[in-house]
Amino acid sequence: MGLEEKLPSGVLLTTVEKLVNWSRKTSMWPATFGLACCAIEMMTSGGARYDIARFGMERFSATPRQADLMIVAGRVSQKMAPVLRQIYDQMPEPRWVLAMGVCSSSGGMFNNYAIVQGVDHVVPVDMYLPGCPPRPEALLDAILKLHAKVMDEPLGPKRAAALAESGHRTELIPSSVRYAKKK
Amino acid sequence: MGLFDPLKGFGVTFSTMFKKVATEEYPEVPKIPAARFHGRHQLNRHPDGLEKCVGCELCAWACPADAIFVEGGDNTEEARFSPGERYGADYQINYLRCIGCGLCVEACPTRSLTMITDFELANDNRQDLIYTKEQLLAPLLPGMEQPPHPMRLGEDEQDYYVHGPELARRAGVPEGSTVETGSEEARR
Repeated sequence: MGLEEKLPSGVLLTTVEKLVNWSRKTSMWPATFGLACCAIEMMTSGGARYDIARFGMERFSATPRQADLMIVAGRVSQKMAPVLRQIYDQMPEPRWVLAMGVCSSSGGMFNNYAIVQGVDHVVPVDMYLPGCPPRPEALLDAILKLHAKVMDEPLGPKRAAALAESGHRTELIPSSVRYAKKK
Repeated sequence: MGLFDPLKGFGVTFSTMFKKVATEEYPEVPKIPAARFHGRHQLNRHPDGLEKCVGCELCAWACPADAIFVEGGDNTEEARFSPGERYGADYQINYLRCIGCGLCVEACPTRSLTMITDFELANDNRQDLIYTKEQLLAPLLPGMEQPPHPMRLGEDEQDYYVHGPELARRAGVPEGSTVETGSEEARR
């Protein structure tokens, strides 16, 4: 961004990185991209019982320009692919993509000419969530795993190089284990 | 519209403060779905630890999404993985394709393939979502032995299939566990 690239990496900047990542992950607004039956589960996650707002996703953004996370929920047809890419391009950086359900992850059972075989042909995907459709808890689990990934993201090219050198990879622990109540 | 209608409206809002909270505390409190929920698969074992899978590929044929890959292998007297002639040498399920319909479970002739209620499968890597045989096999319960080993509960596979429960009882299935037991039941 500017200042952090001129300074040597140290305690102050890693703390800034943590703060930036923390603020990004605790207020990650999703863009609605419900395409099929998975969207029903995604809407349920926003309801009272599962309450996605507990994780800082207060509202599903109807405009991609105010969204950070695109939840691709449902099968993407060949005709929808350019639309999906355009919506992704309109999102401000940093942005993340969650492929919800088997259809958006790999095409699922629709191995035919009409369906894109995995949304990662069109946009980079940060998290794949299998299930047909995945239950709302599974979506929350995928979002929390994505939060763990966001917390490890580097700030600036210097930190990115240091991270790539260390070969660090975020460990994806099931959420019910990671957030289990301590006895 | 009456004079007290706005107050009435706030009354509804206020009264919810004394109602039970509908939100479930998922990540802190683990969610245990209904016992018949279609989560990920598990390859079961006989009570002595031998695998139930005979490598017949009926599950792969039944799968509408072509998510299952099976390769059968021959049991020998030196290396026996399942009672009978054949066993599943390689077994893979692609969870990016699996739609959890359960047709594979219906097709399985030995009740080897069942589903457990584990649903926390999300991953950032497509390769890691192809589960291999080691990941799908049921954990070894007390009293089970890691194959390959000879048949402990009978002379041939007929004893396992026809008198399975009796033999298991005679062999002594440990207290509190069943012949087909998932990881969540083992935890109980």
